[in-house]
Amino acid sequence: MTPRRKRLLVVLGILSGVAASVALAVVAGRQNISFYYDPSQVALGKAPATKRFRIGGMVVKGSVRRKPGDLTVHFVLTDFAHQVPVTYTGVLPDLFREGQGIIAHGALGPNGVFVADEVLAKHDAKYMPPDVAASLKYKHGVRPAT
Amino acid sequence: MWTWFYRLASPPHVYRTAAALTPWFFAVAAVTIGYGLIDGLAFAPPDYQQGDAFRIIYVHAPSAWLSLFAYTTMAFAGAVALIWRIKVGYAVAAAAAPIGASFTLVALVTGSLWGRPMWGTYWAWDPRLTSELILLFLYFGVISLRQAFEDPARGDRAAALLGIVGVINVPIVHFSVYWWNSLHQGGTVMRLGKPEMATSMLWPLLAMLFGFMCFFGAVLCMRLRGEVLNRERQSTWVREAVKP
Repeated sequence: MTPRRKRLLVVLGILSGVAASVALAVVAGRQNISFYYDPSQVALGKAPATKRFRIGGMVVKGSVRRKPGDLTVHFVLTDFAHQVPVTYTGVLPDLFREGQGIIAHGALGPNGVFVADEVLAKHDAKYMPPDVAASLKYKHGVRPAT
Repeated sequence: MWTWFYRLASPPHVYRTAAALTPWFFAVAAVTIGYGLIDGLAFAPPDYQQGDAFRIIYVHAPSAWLSLFAYTTMAFAGAVALIWRIKVGYAVAAAAAPIGASFTLVALVTGSLWGRPMWGTYWAWDPRLTSELILLFLYFGVISLRQAFEDPARGDRAAALLGIVGVINVPIVHFSVYWWNSLHQGGTVMRLGKPEMATSMLWPLLAMLFGFMCFFGAVLCMRLRGEVLNRERQSTWVREAVKP
């Protein structure tokens, strides 16, 4: 074996060793790395019942309710399998709207309502001009999939 | 075959090639970035959800892509230098590191400025954001490790090894948005299938991506020449080259 080949093997060995340990660490900490829980995980009791956590899903169309003169807003999150009602008091980000993915940070109340103190909007990685969005909406009778 | 390879990587040859390539890279970068900026910032239509705020993508996405590309270049050059004892590889790695760190910083800052109005926060410990921050620290580590040794050759080897080990973070940054639930959206262009972007918005973005690559090539060539000159300052060819 030439020294060159030996060095190549040493470098590849170190790289695969580190890759394997990182992969194991990542698999072990899978849930801690994820930024939020799905409504299904919450419904199946996989989310912490007593601790604060984040829940992410799509705002159900027609579910957003506000009282006039109050910052409190009620809405329902879905992952198309399960639904979780959420209540939040505060200013919502620009991208928050019905049919949009959002992430709420807070805790699950005893009545099954998630009480959030922070709401982040998730962008869907789709970009189009307003007129294209409008014509899609016209064609399908709904706003474009988000 | 090996002798040809080694001659190609000889410092004087690399020095002259880098000098010859620099103006071409700069010219192509100026044209494509110029077109991308004008078309992207002035003529592309506003986004249906984000309005004009989406235009930060024309700087953010190319910077983020280049932060990964520069890292891979740096790690690859370090590996070539370590395994085949081609010393100019260390010079390439040393030249690439600060450029890559700058692109990483630009990606983090522009992303943060966009995140505040769109997501509702400047920063979140999301997998994509966290792994990109780790990438920045890896760059800092590689840069400082090279300086940390009395003997520059040992510094080069240590930095190359750290760079190679850290390359594991590159796929983590790229795939983080698919492997885990994340706040950051998935890829729009760098994905399997059709880009989810209107063509009128996509062309300037692709131009910016290509322009940033050429800009990286140009700055890399410039910095590489400086590195080579400094490393070979005792040799006769450098004295010949810099003779007044």
